[in-house]
Amino acid sequence: MQEIYTLLSITLGAILSNNFIFSQFLGICPFLGVSKKVDTASGMGIAVTFVMGLASAITWLVNKFILVPLDLSYMQTVAFILVIASLVQFIEMFLQKAMPSLYTALGIYLPLITTNCAVLGVALLNIQNNYNFIESVVYGVTGGLGFLLAIVLFASIRERLVFADYPKAFEGFPIALVTAGLMALAFMGFSGLKVW
Amino acid sequence: MNFGKQFKEGLITNNPVLVQVLGMCSTMAITTSFFNGLGMGLSVLVILTASNIVISAMRKVVPDKIRIAMFIVVIAGFVTCVDLLLKAFVPALSESLGVFIPLIVVNCIILGRAEAFSYKNGVLASAVDGICQGIGYTVVLIIMCVIRELLGAGTFGGGLLNNGDGIRLIPEQFPIGMLTFPVGGFLVLGCLIAAMQWALSKSKNKEESK
Repeated sequence: MQEIYTLLSITLGAILSNNFIFSQFLGICPFLGVSKKVDTASGMGIAVTFVMGLASAITWLVNKFILVPLDLSYMQTVAFILVIASLVQFIEMFLQKAMPSLYTALGIYLPLITTNCAVLGVALLNIQNNYNFIESVVYGVTGGLGFLLAIVLFASIRERLVFADYPKAFEGFPIALVTAGLMALAFMGFSGLKVW
Repeated sequence: MNFGKQFKEGLITNNPVLVQVLGMCSTMAITTSFFNGLGMGLSVLVILTASNIVISAMRKVVPDKIRIAMFIVVIAGFVTCVDLLLKAFVPALSESLGVFIPLIVVNCIILGRAEAFSYKNGVLASAVDGICQGIGYTVVLIIMCVIRELLGAGTFGGGLLNNGDGIRLIPEQFPIGMLTFPVGGFLVLGCLIAAMQWALSKSKNKEESK
């Protein structure tokens, strides 16, 4: 029972109160770069969720069974980024073969996931927080879902910003950042959320 | 190569954060105290310069197809060095920057400069580019830190001056605490980029009217 509570609090934390974008600042680049339209944003969100789940599983195994026994923990960063880069490459080839429609929909965003700091971030945080295997995978997937939620909400607001009236100097990134700031303020409201 | 021009580009006209809009995560996440901003800026400066030098030295040997993988391995190597050095000599900084030190690997500034500059230019020019862009990044971080710390906590030089508490400039009950939270990062950076765009378009207009 205790286990379920822990998983539940990890889930709520990753999606709402400790959202990767709004409270931990991980994955801001794709969040700002790929949020001009809702459909590309949701595609990116789904791809990131998938990669984050898979990456946290594999990096946890790599850390537990290769790095720790060989006393190579200081190579964590290098090992993890290599795992993530090859994972993304593998997923790209797999999708191209098995699901060409999804592959074309994601297009350029797939290779960009390698440099998404949310993916490397979740791998490092799993180790830092001493999560076990199941907790790591849950944290990865729900962290991705939090990213998906944030980017879809943000993209739908950004679509409407076109009609808004604001000073000319704020055109482009600045107004997007201010919008994201207001959303972060809204997400701060979840910080009181606690599970037992 | 004109070094003065490169310096001006890194600092103002092609500033990595304010104009190229790269490396946002660390810019917003760690700029809550002066010490953090300075430490992060200098770490990135060192890593950027070192990786620029190595990448531009290796640019003729490495095949085009695997260049991104090569960039990442080189950068990850330097990041690991800096991470270990900080842990050994400045443990307080390493603790307060936390996961954002290893995350320099995926900081788009470094990968972006590797792809856009050092893969195409000589070793010396790349080294200078690394230093200039690094200085541009550090300056923006420090400006962000000073604004957020002054308005958010009412102090200056936190983590470094006055036994780490910083010098209090605004009495405790007045600062806007919100600015030290994530919200403040987004708002302050948004306003800074807006100010930069305004200044750049103004100077452009002036040139055109001449």
